[in-house]
Amino acid sequence: MKIDQSLPLEYSTEENRIKILGFWIFLGAEITLFATLFASYFTLVNRTGSGPTGAEIFELTPVLIETLLLLTSSFTIGLAIHAMRLGRQKAMLTFFGLTLLLGLGFLSLEIYEFFHYVHVGASIQTSAFTSMLLTTLGTHGAHVAFGLFWGLCIMLQVRRDGFTPHTANKSFIFSLYWHFLDVVWIFIFSFIYLKGMM
Amino acid sequence: MEFFQQFAPPHPSPAIYASMVAIVLTTVAIFGGLTYFKKWGYLWREWLTTVDHKRIGIMYLIAALLMLFRGFVDALMMRAQLAMPDNQLLDAQHYNEIFTTHGVVMILFMAMPFIIAIMNYIVPLQIGARDVAFPRLNALSFWLFFSGAMLFNISFVIGGSPDAGWTSYFPLASNEFSQHVGTNYYMFSLQIAGLGTLISGINFATTILKMRAPGMTLMKMPMFTWSSFITNIIIVFAFPVLTVALAMGSMDRIFGTNFFTTADGGMDMLWANLFWIWGHPEVYILILPAFGLYSEIISTFARRNLYGYKSMVASMVVICLLSFVVWAHHFYTMGQGAFANSIFSITTMAIAVPTGVKIFNWLFTLWKGKITITVPMLYSMLFIPIFTIGGVTGVMLGMSAADYQYHNTMFLVAHFHLVIIPGVMFALLAGLTFYWPKMFGFMLNERIGKWAAWLLAIGTCVAFFPMFISGLDGQARRMYTYSEATGFGIWNMISFVGALAIGVAFLLIAYNIYYSTRYASRDISADPWDARTLEWSTHTPVPVYNFAVVPQVNSDQAFWDAKKHGHVLFKDGYKDIHMPNNSGLPIIMAGIFFVWGFSFVFSLWLPAIVTTIAIFACMAYQSFEKDDGYHIHVDTIEKTERKLGGHKQ
Ligand code: HEM
Ligand SMILES: [Cu+2]
Repeated sequence: MKIDQSLPLEYSTEENRIKILGFWIFLGAEITLFATLFASYFTLVNRTGSGPTGAEIFELTPVLIETLLLLTSSFTIGLAIHAMRLGRQKAMLTFFGLTLLLGLGFLSLEIYEFFHYVHVGASIQTSAFTSMLLTTLGTHGAHVAFGLFWGLCIMLQVRRDGFTPHTANKSFIFSLYWHFLDVVWIFIFSFIYLKGMM
Repeated sequence: MEFFQQFAPPHPSPAIYASMVAIVLTTVAIFGGLTYFKKWGYLWREWLTTVDHKRIGIMYLIAALLMLFRGFVDALMMRAQLAMPDNQLLDAQHYNEIFTTHGVVMILFMAMPFIIAIMNYIVPLQIGARDVAFPRLNALSFWLFFSGAMLFNISFVIGGSPDAGWTSYFPLASNEFSQHVGTNYYMFSLQIAGLGTLISGINFATTILKMRAPGMTLMKMPMFTWSSFITNIIIVFAFPVLTVALAMGSMDRIFGTNFFTTADGGMDMLWANLFWIWGHPEVYILILPAFGLYSEIISTFARRNLYGYKSMVASMVVICLLSFVVWAHHFYTMGQGAFANSIFSITTMAIAVPTGVKIFNWLFTLWKGKITITVPMLYSMLFIPIFTIGGVTGVMLGMSAADYQYHNTMFLVAHFHLVIIPGVMFALLAGLTFYWPKMFGFMLNERIGKWAAWLLAIGTCVAFFPMFISGLDGQARRMYTYSEATGFGIWNMISFVGALAIGVAFLLIAYNIYYSTRYASRDISADPWDARTLEWSTHTPVPVYNFAVVPQVNSDQAFWDAKKHGHVLFKDGYKDIHMPNNSGLPIIMAGIFFVWGFSFVFSLWLPAIVTTIAIFACMAYQSFEKDDGYHIHVDTIEKTERKLGGHKQ
């Protein structure tokens, strides 16, 4: 394996550079996936049938806290990657763990939110709008849940192997994924919640 | 007993029972044979766990040929049923199931894997690479596709086949109108196979961007590689739409959501839109690599550089962009209004322009060329006129006002078969014949091949031209029978004869494979067609590492330049080569996906949960596994090269 010392560890081998490009292309596919969900959401947003509208069921407080948690976690994963570039494993793992905890907090609140929706009579079966709402939120939530699982695996590997081209590459790619989920959330927050509550 | 009832086919017939017996016997024969000849170990080590793009390509090819057989049997049954008015061979339900499975199998389980087969085998060789970017994901792609295809194919003996058309429009595809589990099979098998295709798309786009031989800039890529690149970009941006649509459709059917229902705000047209936002790009996913193959074949056998390289690339980019903005032409009559129809009419007809550019480029390549008519070239020559007829009728269908007359008639069926058969099928058969010696080390017989090509072309015209007439007269598609008074009988009888001719052509192709395997000379050079691109510059059979020395490229015809203009392809000496290890994980994971899909089809929640967990467990295992591959050492390379006939210049 040829290691190019002039580049950060995650870019240092050809294999790593290939993986990073591949992941960007994967994110392209993810963008299409969420774009399709958003387009379908806007198509169905007013088709509430006999069920409630968004304005009737959205609650600002949990959503604001969720937003705060997720935005902060995007910051901490950035710090984790920064620490990794400085070669500080302990700091990196701390920030990485913090990111996952914030993600877990986000997910817990989102699960609470789902219970709330079902409780007020907006289940996934109620109307086209609620089906679409819960599916869009759920897809994002499932991505976060997958991220927690994946992130945990990566943390264990960093602890096992230290910083190697492999683990650095995985951590960096994970950070791309995590930032991406944050961006998607900003769209969800603005166009589903805020627009829906107006 | 109650529990097992749900697995019985809802409309059993002697044909279905016969297939059950046949499936069981074939399975027993395969398993018994493998055990008797002690081939399990070989199969597992060399094929089932392989990550070599060449072997994966060949497995795709075998799967595609099997599915071609299945799809064609469906087609023959339909043509036989329609051959005479008031025919009783199939009842309405069987006809519905058969046109649905025919469409799905032909498009998704025959044409797609056939194309990916050739891409797998050829693209890495054509760009001078050792493998694809992610070899293990490549194996996963294949096995996911395969388990999707198998899931789809068991539907007709376990629980019933989908019957809502390959487009599966809602509300027809909803629980209300498609009560048995057939449509669940459609949703889950396409989902699983689609996941595999998406992974392939990412894999090949990365491969082509990152792994080209030194000197091969983007504008020096061979045309098949270019077409594959654009195709994979389309896959990356189109398949997620299908993923979402299928997920929503599955939820409507299984969890009672209201996406496409007719109550509580559901919107059936949303399905039609999502389906075709994927579906139209899908037809370009099929045709662009075919165009790439024609470009390679035509320039090889006209002994000229491809005319208009840049305009070929540009026209593919334009087709790629336009392919995403024409989807509504599939439902002009479904109430979106004159304004939207006009816009989509214009974008649709605009696609004829870049396509026309490509046709003229091929004609100009032929012009003043020194043409030799081999079997691949014969297919290419037959393709141009037939495809043009299919294409021109496509422009007719593209005019929204006129489409009110053509929509959902046999005219449409004639149109798309006359583009897809010469456009895709001929190209794949041409590509298969062209690359056969590279893949298997001997040539297919030219004489039998030519007979088959002519018969296929004539059969296609005879089978589909009459449908233009009966379609204009009002024969609707997807109708299982018609009365004598309509006067459609004669046209459908002619069609049936054409379909039989196509059948004979396929038999000839199968016979050709058998005949050539037995009798063809194994003593052929690595470059039997005197071709132009890198895949012909390495040995036949291609060693695992493809190229002992990474080639240096100076033009889009690097190998031709090496042969005729003294360009040196292989400058460096041997070095150790790093290769990936085999892995059993892809096939195991795909097997779990098969059970996962099956569980959802029948709403068996316990296995559904267990398999979901198992899938994640496999991913975790993969993540923790340490596998740095292995190295092939210089002396092994030297030995291999010597055995294959010496170092390549
Ligand atoms: C090789 C000879 C073939 C014959 C004789 C044939 C015949 C037919 C017939 C009779 C129908 C049904 C018409 C109707 O009742 O609506 C049909 C539909 C269809 N065929 Fe083929 N076909 C052939 C090859 C292909 C190929 C190669 C493809 C694609 C790669 C293909 C794709 C389709 C599709 C997508 C449909 C529409 C299915 C639907 O209505 O849902 N066919 N074909
Ligand atoms: Cu279309």
